This record gives sequence, structure tokens and C-alpha cells, in this order.
Amino acid sequence: MSLLSVRDLTVKFAMRDETVTALNGISFDLAKGERLGIVGESGAGKSITGFALMNLISRPGFVDRGEILFHDEDVVKMSDARLRELRGDKMAMIFQDPMVTLNPVLTIGQQMLETLMAHRKLSREEARQIAIVKLREVYIPSPEERLNQYPHELSGGMRQRIIIAIALLLDPELIIADEPTTALDVTIQADIMELLLELCQSNKVGLILITHDLGVVSQMTERTLVMYAGRIIEAGRTREIINDPQHPYTQGLINALPQQTLPGQKLRQIPGNMPSLTNIPPGCPFNPRCEYATDLCRTTLPEIIQYGEVRVACHEVERLHAEGARQEQDA
Amino acid sequence: MKDMNAQTPLVEIRNLEKRFDLDQGWLETLKFRNGRFVRETRGVHAVNDVTLDVNRGEALCVVGESGCGKSTVARLVAGLLTPTKGEIHYDGARIDNRSRAEMQPLRKKIQMIFQNPYASLNPRMTIRQALEEPVRHHYPTFSVAEVRDKVTEVMMSVGVDPSWAKRYPHEFSGGQRQRIAIARALTVDPEFIIADEPISALDVSIQAQVLNLMLEAKESRGLTYLFITHDLSVVEHFGTRVAVLYLGSVCEVADTATLFSHPKHPYTRALLSAVPQLKDDRPNHIRLKGEIPTPINLPQGCPFQSRCAFANNRCSSEKPNAIHQPDGSLVACHAVEEGRLDEGMVGT
Repeated sequence: MSLLSVRDLTVKFAMRDETVTALNGISFDLAKGERLGIVGESGAGKSITGFALMNLISRPGFVDRGEILFHDEDVVKMSDARLRELRGDKMAMIFQDPMVTLNPVLTIGQQMLETLMAHRKLSREEARQIAIVKLREVYIPSPEERLNQYPHELSGGMRQRIIIAIALLLDPELIIADEPTTALDVTIQADIMELLLELCQSNKVGLILITHDLGVVSQMTERTLVMYAGRIIEAGRTREIINDPQHPYTQGLINALPQQTLPGQKLRQIPGNMPSLTNIPPGCPFNPRCEYATDLCRTTLPEIIQYGEVRVACHEVERLHAEGARQEQDA
Repeated sequence: MKDMNAQTPLVEIRNLEKRFDLDQGWLETLKFRNGRFVRETRGVHAVNDVTLDVNRGEALCVVGESGCGKSTVARLVAGLLTPTKGEIHYDGARIDNRSRAEMQPLRKKIQMIFQNPYASLNPRMTIRQALEEPVRHHYPTFSVAEVRDKVTEVMMSVGVDPSWAKRYPHEFSGGQRQRIAIARALTVDPEFIIADEPISALDVSIQAQVLNLMLEAKESRGLTYLFITHDLSVVEHFGTRVAVLYLGSVCEVADTATLFSHPKHPYTRALLSAVPQLKDDRPNHIRLKGEIPTPINLPQGCPFQSRCAFANNRCSSEKPNAIHQPDGSLVACHAVEEGRLDEGMVGT
């Protein structure tokens, strides 16, 4: 049974003159304890997906259709009271910027205890003990002292670890992490990712990791969704997608990475830009940047279909695959 | 003649130091210690005793984590900051003590590309105005038509459609703006470009476009780059040589291939092991203890000692000097010098 099941999720934003579709028919499942990566470039809709899962979309945005079943209960239709129970308890979110996620005028202890006591009947002392245990779990040195400190007294890496500790306070079943390490240095990023992986594995926590970094997805997740212009264009096991991407955009994204080309050689770039959501081209949204685009691609939106091990939304996937195989034979 | 030129480095940085004072006025420097007032100044030691050469035609990458002083080095070399100590020579002549007027002719030769293309272009100037301004300034004898031709030529060469000239920066995406910023740097035919994290603010597919553009410009115009970045995969691709900075000091300088295949300094190794890899399922990540100390009141000895697994007494008392290695790299580490590092780890 899946922990989370998203069906045909569509999120729109009501702008002054028109309604913009930010998410268009997203469907995916997440099993208990599974780690899923959502990759894409800015404007692809990956953060909106994360927000929608917690029902955090606020005006002018709204969920137009679709459902988000968490334990067979639709998050979209939940009352505010029920949402308050769920958020921070069964579902927790880690945001990108550790500098702004914590409240600067409350101590770390106040923020941790607040979360605990809002959800559980605990005395202050009991809550304090849990907080200390969780801080220790994320390798914070001298946790008792940290509880009395303010966020500005801590470094970025330390803050992000505290945010992870807060997310883990009530033993959630699902953590949504939206670019949790983008604002941090590589060595700190590696530490945080290792920690997150370790905690998810040992506590059987489901993880949705939203990132633009394919390397991070490759090391952290079991399955991956690739998003482009508000749609899922490829989904499947992370290994399959990294080693043998089917969609031309996924291929382009992986091939554009500097480590995929010999040093000093020209990188294989994807021409053009991601279309703005107000101006998505007809047919396949990727067609103006795609070297394999045909007339069909320019007029008809490809459905997402099962192709081998992965799901992919591309008309030309079979032709592409045949060409790829031929090139491999030649080489 | 050309060969002789190739022998002297284009830019020589000698024992460069930059300190930013934290105290505002002398009252703040007064501290009450052991029953009496003492004067104590606090400063950020952003760059400490950095010595580097940039050879003609190369792309020297400076890497390090936030706060290691890499941007400060870039700004010092560009003449945007004055060093506290040390010297910078450009083409054999000292430039760090020049007046603004004396710097003018050099500004044409040294151009800078900044990280954030949203902030580095004036929002109230059209693209044409932004691109023509440096040409008119540095070539005062050019006629209006000549300026226009020059700008159009550069726009074409970097893939900026000349029909964009009438538009304003806000009408463009990040990648397009960075192209325009590069065009602006190239309009005055520079020979040396200082690029401070030029692609960090861009998406993956756009990063490749901009990086390709910079490589092309290097080939076709014979440019020399000082490339500041935190992204090691970009370094491996773009750089001919790499300098690794930690807390304002140089840890290791090596050819790109040597650095990536045989990193020597413990910090370089940790840094390389932290880069998320695509194919490798199980990374051998070297976990560093602690975090980067603040560059205020630096520790004695090696700046990396507090996080280094190989640190001993010597490391905490004596700052290591950069020493030439057999393969040509420069490494500042007592443990490497004494051969205390586990040799089996080299190259992994």
C-alpha cells in the first residue's frame, strides 16, 4: 500500500488577465519509506508540487483538480484543523534557506518545544528531553546549550541540521525537502545529505527530495520524477533514469553536465530556455528546444506512457531508442 | 617575442593580504580586560599571504567554500579593493598601488563578469546603452557608427541578437542577461577576464550554454581567465589550473588533471569527495569534523588544522609553506611534506 498517492494534480494561479497552469496533471505514488527525487530547472513546478503536497498553496494559487491521498485521506479537501494536526506531525517539510526558515526572535529550544507541545501531551521537561535526543541524532554538539541559543548564533550547516531535527521531532512518515542544501557549501551538503539518508533509512521515513542537482538525486533516491514546464516528462527508478534516460530533455540535462564531456571540449548544451508558464508552446512543451521534434510534437501533447522500465512523455521515444542503439553499435 | 611573453605570467600575485576592520571608530576597540582598558582591534582576515601566478592563455580556477576569500582575491586583482599587504603585477608592472587615473588604461584590458546577472546590468539602461558605454569610454575617438559596429559585432559573436538592443534587462532571462554581461565585458577587447561565479545563478542547461560561450571566447580572442567558483565539476571542465583556497590561504595549486587524479592536501581530498557523483552509487565521502572557523582572529599555524584528521603539534604552531611536489603541484601541508598521509588514499 502506498503512503502517498497523487492523482492528476493540477495547480493554477489566477493572474490579472489570465489563469496560469503551474502544475498540469501530476500523478505519482510513494511507498512507505521510499525516497523519491523530483528534478527540473527553475519554473518546472517542482517546488509547487512540494507545497501542494502539504496543502500550502495560497492565493492567487489554487488546486484546480486532482487529489493527494495521504493514508487514503485527501489532503486537498482537509479542514484547516485536520491539516494542522497533520503538518509537522505525520508530514514535515524542510525548506531551502536555513537562514530564513527559523524564527530569529525565538531560541532553538522554544521553536522545538512549541512543535512538540502543539502535537503531543507532554510536559516541558519531557519535550526538552525529546528535543535533546533529536539534536543529538543530527550530530549537534552540546545540544543542551543549543536549546538556549538563537538562530543567528549558529552557522548555516548547523541551522539546516536543526531544521532536520525539528522535522524529525514527531517521527513523521513523510519528509518533503525542497532544495535542502542549495544554500550550503559542498562539504556541508555532503554531510547533510548523508545524515538525511541515514535517518530516512533507519526510521523508515518516506522522502521527497526536490532538487536541481542530478548528482544529489542519484545518490539519495530510489525513484525520480523529471519535470518540465509543469508536467512530469519522465519517471522511474533513479538508476534507470540516470544511466539510460529516455526523454530528450532528461538526456539533454544529463549530457549538459560538465563531467559528461572531456575537459576543455564543448559542452552538449540544450538550446533555448524553459518556456514561461504564460507562454507554453502548443504540443509537447519541449518541442522548440528538441532536436528530434516532428510535426506531431508541435501540435499534439504526448501522453505519459510506460516504456520499458520507465514512464515517459515523448512521441519519438521509440525512434530515439532505436537511434541510440544504432549509435552504440557503431561505437 | 611571443615566446618571451609566454614566459612571464600575465598576472603575478605576491604575498597578498586583505583585512577588513570590524571596529567602527576607536571607541569600539576599547576592551576591559583584567581590571584595565586595553585596545584590541578585530578584523576579518579575508586573504592571507596568497601568492599565485596567472599565465597567458590559461584559465586559472580559484575554488573554495563560502568565506574562503575567493571573491576578495578576484576583487583585489580587478583593482576594486586595495590590498592591506602584498603586490599585484600585471604584465610585469605593479598595479595595486596605482591611482584611479593610472588604472584607467588597464580597465580596458581587465574586465570582470559578476555572479548575479540580475544585479550587474543597470535596469534603466537599454542593452545598447549598456554595451556602448564602455566602448565610448575607452575609445573616445570612435565615431557613433564605429561604436555601433563594434557593439553589433560583439553581440553577434556571443549569440545576443542585435535586435534585442532596444530592450531593457528585465525583459531577458538569467542566461540571456549573463550573455549580455559577457558581451559587455568583451566590447573593449580585454585580454584578461575575471569571472566571479558567472554561472552559479543559472539553471543546468543554461550553465552549459554560458560555459561554452566563455570557452569559445577564450579560443577566438586568446583570453586569459581568472575563474572563481565553488563548483568543482565546472573546474574540471573549464580550468587549466586550479588553486584551492581555505580561510584565505592557498592549500594547493595544480594542473586540473593532476588535482583531480592526485589531490594531495587533506582539504582538497575532502572537497573532491563531497561532490555528488552521477554514476557512483556509494560515494567515499571523507567527513570533515567541525565547520569552517570564522576568519576573525585566525588560529595560529595551519588554517585547516581544526578540521584535519592529520593535524599534529607542528600544524597548530607553524603555518605550512607551499612546497613544490614532484608532479609540479604546490601544496601547503606539513603532513604532505613529511609523508604522514596514508599513501593508499592518494588518487582515490
